[in-house]
Order: sequence, then structure tokens, then C-alpha cells
Amino acid sequence: MASSTKSSSKSSSKSAKSSKNGKSGAKGLDESDVGARTDHLELFRQMYLIRQFEIACGENYSKGLIGGFLHLYIGQEASGVGAISTLRDDDYIVSHYRDHGHALARGLDINRSMAELFGRSTGTSKGKGGSMHLFDVAKRFMGGHAIVAGQLPLAAGLALAQQYNKTDALTMCFFGDGSTNQGIYHETMNLAAIWKLPVLFFLENNMYGMGSSIERVRAGGIDFCPSMATYGIPAVEVDGMDVLAVREATEIAVERIRKGDGPQFIEAKTFRFVGHSLSDGQKYRGQEEVKEWEERDPVATFPTRLIEMGLATADQIAETKASVDEAIAKAVEFAEQSPEPDLSEIHNDVFA
Amino acid sequence: MPEIVLREALKRGLEEALENDPRVFMMGEDIGEYGGAYAVTDGFLKKFGPERIKDTPISEQAFLGAGIGAAAAGLRPIVEFMSISFSLVAFDQIVNMAANLRYMSGGQISVPMVIRAPTGAGVQLGATHSQSFETWLAEVPGMKVVCPSTPYDALGLMRSAIKDDNPVLVAEPALLYGAKGEVPDEYYEIEIGKADVTREGSDITLVSYGYGMHPTNAAANTLAERGVSVEVIDLRSLSPIDMDALVASVQKTNRIVVVDTARRRGGVMAEVAADLQQRASEWLDGPVMRVGSVDVPWPYNRGLEQEVLAAVADVLAAVAEGYGL
Repeated sequence: MASSTKSSSKSSSKSAKSSKNGKSGAKGLDESDVGARTDHLELFRQMYLIRQFEIACGENYSKGLIGGFLHLYIGQEASGVGAISTLRDDDYIVSHYRDHGHALARGLDINRSMAELFGRSTGTSKGKGGSMHLFDVAKRFMGGHAIVAGQLPLAAGLALAQQYNKTDALTMCFFGDGSTNQGIYHETMNLAAIWKLPVLFFLENNMYGMGSSIERVRAGGIDFCPSMATYGIPAVEVDGMDVLAVREATEIAVERIRKGDGPQFIEAKTFRFVGHSLSDGQKYRGQEEVKEWEERDPVATFPTRLIEMGLATADQIAETKASVDEAIAKAVEFAEQSPEPDLSEIHNDVFA
Repeated sequence: MPEIVLREALKRGLEEALENDPRVFMMGEDIGEYGGAYAVTDGFLKKFGPERIKDTPISEQAFLGAGIGAAAAGLRPIVEFMSISFSLVAFDQIVNMAANLRYMSGGQISVPMVIRAPTGAGVQLGATHSQSFETWLAEVPGMKVVCPSTPYDALGLMRSAIKDDNPVLVAEPALLYGAKGEVPDEYYEIEIGKADVTREGSDITLVSYGYGMHPTNAAANTLAERGVSVEVIDLRSLSPIDMDALVASVQKTNRIVVVDTARRRGGVMAEVAADLQQRASEWLDGPVMRVGSVDVPWPYNRGLEQEVLAAVADVLAAVAEGYGL
């Protein structure tokens, strides 16, 4: 397992260093970076927010207040938070069905997000989307998408529009290791490469597509970066449990895309500590493996690191946690008290 | 009024949209350098440049999906499939993305995209290139589906499709690209969802669309020679379907035969027939008669293919069987 980043392409090997080894990582743990303090604490706040939001989701799913499937992002928070922290407001984000983390990192309203999971009229999609389909177009969060790999060409198309309109905005597309065996994955990589689209392909390799370990279902093994040479897309691997490493690697890729270098690929090695969905008994993997990854839990380890580095105090961490806990409790209350959609809503939003 | 062929009518609709709206661009296999498999986009690359006339790899899922993304971002893409049979490769994108995005985002996203595709059998292309999947897509909520039978309708429907803020499939009957018809120079549009009574009559209604209008019109001529007053309706739009126009016609004629050159089973005319029996049975003097192509994979051999394809004799047989005319 890579400790932070390693590169598979010549073009990215120089700049994509880890925050630990790099002498002046773009915005890594560099104490001379005065403005970084709030940044770091904000990264923690977002990861903690996602964790607590999802714990609350799990509880309310068990109570029957959330329906359908519930896929939790617990364990993977550093990946989405680090990546999304590098974006501008005019960039698009496209996500997969495990989308809560990306939505919250993008700043979607937690009340409305929770209400969407509860299926209420105050939800982000007025209760018509659910857990797997969070959207907020004002924030350019273009959806959780639940057909595996189906979101990739959507991202390519958003990027195509950004290119067509001659902006330097970009589209960040999240997908999991499970999506890489779909034909549409390869079609999209090729299309994005030949058209030099401003899209960042962000692979969250959590090692399992539902219950199938990637080792079992992929001919090329668990490392994806070498395969990107096929498309001529610069690729870099990063430790998805290290929010700063993710942020640094992503910043470099983002900068290249804005310069017009075309699509970039990042593989974040990460792990979900919980099952594929809440109905998953996890018969396919041992608890040893889970425990090993849990030792590197970003939500648990990052505060210690911040305190050790003098970038945050224990009090600041505690205050952050307390305010998030309060906000989550309010979000659940908001969702519970929100009205069900009116039945007249059934026929709305089919056509523009 | 000047006469042009259907291919030219489509071309005119596309060309004026490209000229008038910078958000409009086209994507598809060999639409640029090659000029389009059916020459609809011939000359476009030179006129509008590679940014707006985009040749794609043979990746229907990726380029159709990219069209959806571009539309969601505010552009107005026109995406071409070389055959509607190839749309199957991209059905996930069309149905799960293009058609569902608006609803599942609670109305936040619209997909103003036109999908163009040649459709239908009759030119000996065998099972994989002769199908008519506009009938499948007409079932999908969030999609609009049109299918013109004349150059006039082709231009009017294309204009409306491009202006529509929803995904619209324009199914282009491949056998009709060279069909001639009058098209005025003055601007007009044809509203999506409105059928056209192309011939007024009082004894029986024949309804079809696209290439099916040919055997239907031929049958109407034969019946007229026998002294039967035939009303003919061209659906033009398969989603939404103008059921009101059909019910109104049945109230007048009390007899109806629905005709499709797509396979008989399922499809648009099954929907039409089922709705008619529910909404118009009190005015009907007999059963809603259905004509469609034989439910087999399309054969290559010309004799076999013609036998499978619904034809004028089938329409006349249905009229005789259902209503003794």
C-alpha cells in the first residue's frame, strides 16, 4: 500500500509527491503556510461531518425512516474531502451511488440532504431522488448516479461544455473500482483523451465492488495507474486515507487540467469500514483486513496529527465536533419534521 | 411550393439551428469528414468546423452520454446514431440518464438534446440493422419521440425538437430519405404531440406514422376507388401520442385500423389500440384492427423481408376482416 502518492506516468512523477516526502507540497502540511490553519481544521470538520451524518443515516435507516438502499462512505472521507477541497465554484462534480460524502464536501445543505434521504418534500430532489441521487445544480453537484460507471460520460459531457464555452473550469468525476470493468468506462476514457476534455477522473479504489474483491474480478490487479497509459492519460496513485496527500495530488492534476493538458486520473486507495450497503453481512472479507484499515481511519487520526503539528488545538477539535454533532441532530430533526411530498408532485418534473 | 427530399428537409432544420444558436452542436459517427452515413450532414464540417461537428469514436454509450452532460450544462447537442439499432448499445444512457435526470433531480436538470437515428427495414440489412426502437423509447417517461413521414413534417418536427428543453428522439425512416414533398420557404414549426389528419373521410380511419404512411396511403387510395371514404391520420409524434385526435376521428368514422411497419407485437400501436378500446369503444362498430410487421428477426433475403414488412395488402385485409369494407 502506498503511503501517500506514487506516479505511473513520467509527466506526473515530478510533482506528485507525498505531503510527507515533498519539500513544499502545494498546500500540504507546511507550517510556513499561514493561511492553512483554518483550512486544515475545515478539512477535519468536513470529514467529521460526513462521518456523523452517515452514522445518523444508519440509525434512521434501522428505524425505518430512510428507505431503499443505503450505501455508506464511512472510511473513505479523506478521499472525497481532499479532492473536492481543490475545486472552484464553477467546477462540476459528478458522483456515484455512494454520494453522501461528496455532496457534503461540496457544501450541500445538510438539512436538505438528510431530508432527501427521508424522502421528504424539503429534500434536495423533493424526495424523488433518495440516497443514491443527491443533486444540487446551484452548487454544480450533478448527482449521485446509481448505474455503475454510467456517470462517466455525463462528466465527460459537462467537461465538453466547459471546453466548448472556452472556460478553464473542470469536471471532477468520482467512480469506484467496480466501475472499471464496464465498457462505458473505457469508452469514456478514450473519448476524454482524444478530445482533451477538462475532466478529472477520480477513482476511489475501496478494493471491493459490492462483495467482489478487485483482485478477483480484474485482470490487471489492484493498481490502476499503469492501465491509463493505454489512453495517454496521466495517472497518479494517492493514499486515500490521507486527506492532505489527496488534496496535494488533486491540486496538481487540477492545475494541469486548467492549463489545457486534458484529462487526468487519480487513484485513491481507500476502504469502506462498513458493508456495501446496510444489508451486507460482509461474508466476503475478514475482519482482520477491516481492522487494519481502521487503524488509519482519517477521522480518528487526522486530529492527532493536526495537534502534533501545532495546526489545531485539542479545544478547537472538540469545538468543531460539538458544533457538527449539534448540526447533525438538527438535520435529523429537520428531516423528521419535514412534510411528505404532496401526491400532486408525482406528475411534476417529468418534462421541462 | 418548392419540392425537396426528406434528407434535405432535415438538413435545412439542422443547418439553420447551427447558424442561429451557438449552443447547438452535433456529434456522431462519421458525421464530419465522411459527411454522414445517409449524407444528412454532408458539408457541415467545412461550414461549421470541428468544434461544432464532432466526429466520434464508435462508442455509442460514451458520446450519447457526453451529449447528456453537455445538455445538462446548457448546450443543445444533436447526437446521431448511424442506425436506431445501434441505440441499443446506449439504452442505459438514454433511459437512465437522459430521460430520468430531470425527475430524480427534482426538476433541477433538463436535457435539451436531440437524438437522430435512421429507422426501419426494407433495404436488406438483416436482423441487426432493420429494427424500429422508437417504439420502445416511446414508452419511457421523460422522452419525447417523433417520426416524420414527409419532408414538410421532417423540417417542422426537427425545428421543434431542437427548441425543446427535453430529450427528443427524431426517428428518421431510412426508406424515406429520398422521398419528395412540398416545403414552404416561410418558417413554420410542428408541435410535438399533435397528429395530422392528412385525408378527411367518414367511413373508416387509418392511422400510422413514418414509413407506415406509405402502405396506409396506398390502401386509402384503393379503398377510395371502391367508394369508401377514408380518413387518414399521421401520428407524427409517438410520445406524447395525440389520442384526442384519434378518438375524435373514431367518433366520426366508427371504424379504425392502426398500422405500423415496425414489428406488430408491443410497440406504439398496441398502446394506441388499448387506449382506443377504453376511450372509444362506444363509437366503434368493430374491433380496433392492428397491422404490423411479422414478429421475427428481420431476414436479409428480399422476398422474405418484403413478406415480413407490413404492406398495403395487409392493411386492406385488416379493413375487410374488421369492417367488411
